[in-house]
Amino acid sequence: MKTKISLGAVFLVVTALASPGFAQNAQIGKLRGSAPVGKVLYRRYCVGCHGPQGDGNGENAAWIDPKPRDFTAAVFKCRSTPTGTLPTDQDLFDAITRGFVTTNMPPWKPLTNPNRADLVAYVKTFSARWEKERPGAAITIPPEPAVTIAGILHGRELFQKNDCWKCHGPQGHGDGPSAPTLTDSKDNPIRPYDFATGSRFKCGVSNQDLYRMFMTGLDGTPMPSYADTMQPADAWDLVHFLRTLQPFHTQEAATWRAWLPSHWEEIKAVGPDGGSGASQ
Amino acid sequence: MLRGFLIFRSPRKFPALASIVAFAAVAFAVLFSNIQPAYSLPLYRIRAIPAFARKYGLPCSACHTAWPELNNFGQVFRDNGYQLGNDHDSPIFQNPSYFPITFRVTPNWHRESTNHQPLDALAGNASSGLIDGNVVQHGFDLSGIDIWAAGTITKNISFSVLPSSNSSGAFHFENAYVRFGNLLNNHWLNLQFGKFELDNLISEKRFLFLSSNGGLYQNYHFVPVGDPNDFGLGVNQLGAEVSGHSDNSYRRYGVAVLSSDNGNVALPTNRSYDTYLTFSQAFEAGRLGLERLGVYAYIGERPTFFLTSAALSTPGAGSTTPIAGTGSGNKPFYRVGFSGDLFLGKLEFLPFFMDGQDSAFLATSTPADQPLPLGANAAAWNGGFVETHYYVTQQFVLLHRYEIIRMSQQALPGTPAKLGNIDGYSVGYRWYPIMFSRAGLAWHNEYSITRTQGAVPLSLDGVGLPPLLPTNGVWSSSILLGFDFAF
Repeated sequence: MKTKISLGAVFLVVTALASPGFAQNAQIGKLRGSAPVGKVLYRRYCVGCHGPQGDGNGENAAWIDPKPRDFTAAVFKCRSTPTGTLPTDQDLFDAITRGFVTTNMPPWKPLTNPNRADLVAYVKTFSARWEKERPGAAITIPPEPAVTIAGILHGRELFQKNDCWKCHGPQGHGDGPSAPTLTDSKDNPIRPYDFATGSRFKCGVSNQDLYRMFMTGLDGTPMPSYADTMQPADAWDLVHFLRTLQPFHTQEAATWRAWLPSHWEEIKAVGPDGGSGASQ
Repeated sequence: MLRGFLIFRSPRKFPALASIVAFAAVAFAVLFSNIQPAYSLPLYRIRAIPAFARKYGLPCSACHTAWPELNNFGQVFRDNGYQLGNDHDSPIFQNPSYFPITFRVTPNWHRESTNHQPLDALAGNASSGLIDGNVVQHGFDLSGIDIWAAGTITKNISFSVLPSSNSSGAFHFENAYVRFGNLLNNHWLNLQFGKFELDNLISEKRFLFLSSNGGLYQNYHFVPVGDPNDFGLGVNQLGAEVSGHSDNSYRRYGVAVLSSDNGNVALPTNRSYDTYLTFSQAFEAGRLGLERLGVYAYIGERPTFFLTSAALSTPGAGSTTPIAGTGSGNKPFYRVGFSGDLFLGKLEFLPFFMDGQDSAFLATSTPADQPLPLGANAAAWNGGFVETHYYVTQQFVLLHRYEIIRMSQQALPGTPAKLGNIDGYSVGYRWYPIMFSRAGLAWHNEYSITRTQGAVPLSLDGVGLPPLLPTNGVWSSSILLGFDFAF
């Protein structure tokens, strides 16, 4: 009898471990997401765009630009993890909560926290990657240094040196020479971010979010990760410079605007010439 | 209101049982014979907006628990002035061919039955005397049609215009307003101006019942017998509203100043203003879902007489004519209470409680410049309902509601204590075989019955007469089978 019970228990445990439902739970802090519950929610909220198979081919996909995310590829733009790795459950939870302001994806904050955790769990069932791989380790974001004009100017140099302007344009308007040629990993046309619109960034609003985007890249898009080529201090300088391109009353913008009128002749234009004439 | 319907008198004492049997039989027949039923909706009716689903590419279920009832995501969208919070909110983002308009209509079959009706003993013979009998009507019918345009004019400025017709095509403006959202860049400050729905936690415009008896909340429209007060909590009102909400609309408030005309345009009655105050708070209850509780208070007044002019009257008629919009001798009334929207997983409870009171002048229909009848009091009552929805799936919902109104104080001492009391019961289901982001269709079945003590039943089809005896309870039942679709 004891043997029977033990074998039965082992069978149950093995079955549970092998079942996708068990494998695809989600853990966000103290919240535990359930894929079966998430499936019901997915069909209520998400299926119209992302499709019943999670492949981004919902009934509205044909009319949506940018196209909905294909969950079967398990490639996600907004992550705290290094490029090429899976995002954490918290990353997916944050993406659902925040939405993507330049796309059809709305912020789903009105859903309860458990509901969003359930959706995370279900989204993970669409790709076998989640069963074979573990999410990457979240990158470390060092403390943000003070905003200085020297840092902003250095960031501006990096913007030129790293060819950021080729996509985002010399003024950050998303109109660089490479912009018309850009495609995502599914060969759909994709537009670089236009800093002048004042729209939220895809993956957050804070300076930390912007820093994270440099260092993790936006997988599935032409935006690469600079984790291997850029030092943290440089990344912060670039963050501070990019803030000056936005139409906001930020500390970076105030510092830049206070300095610029008396020094505009000293700086060089960003762009193909890489250093002739003044630029603002 | 008997137009085109079969009418007969029945001695049956159990119209409810008969109606249930008929309901089941007809439901069976319709389900298996592809008959497309129809029915006559009243002027005010429930709403859903596929135009927004088309705009954002979301299915109906994203904003509705079961359309047209809003879920919290839909509530946030509405609270934000029909904006989701992304770049697609802007009207200029849309393809120029996009037009934010929605149509809704409900062809149906329905049956209405009312007992204790005073009928001529011999039809067509007014001198034959009155007898107590039943009136039964049934047939295929049409609802009116809603042609609703709503959306954003620019960021944070939204609008809604809803011309709505009855089944014969007579239109009126069900709502028409402009809303300025996020004033001072703060979602706690929004201003709405025009004709709009009151900020009821349990909306009668977006609820799930359609039949003549069940398609309204008795509590939202009740006034004591003989009281000329025309106010209805479920009626769209004219005025201005300041409202606000937290980021996820878990906390909401509204303060409205409204003309005392019950939403009727062209200043037909009063020159005074009412106030409506609402507050609600929602909280997460883990796996149970989102629970919301709210309080409300409507404080208003209605005129008891008008300025008159014999110059407006027919010469020699011997009477004088009231001048519209000159209501005078205003007397107060109020409706206060609490309500909720509570989830236990797939089961949703909507509890509602109301305490209502009308001034003695209103309740006895006495002009304020005249003395009150001897012993007259303010009329007071309590009422409430519990409505439940069980969401079997997002495309199939079971419905139920029990409603009650009890007079706690009659205006005149000799009035039977129970006069005007109401009990209502409704049950049904809605099945949504089509629920896309372009259109939706629901198969709606509903049975509803009310018992009104000694008075005309409050029913959307307007059928019914007071019983011969005020001690009689009038049973009024409705069966409705309809295809409710919006596109």
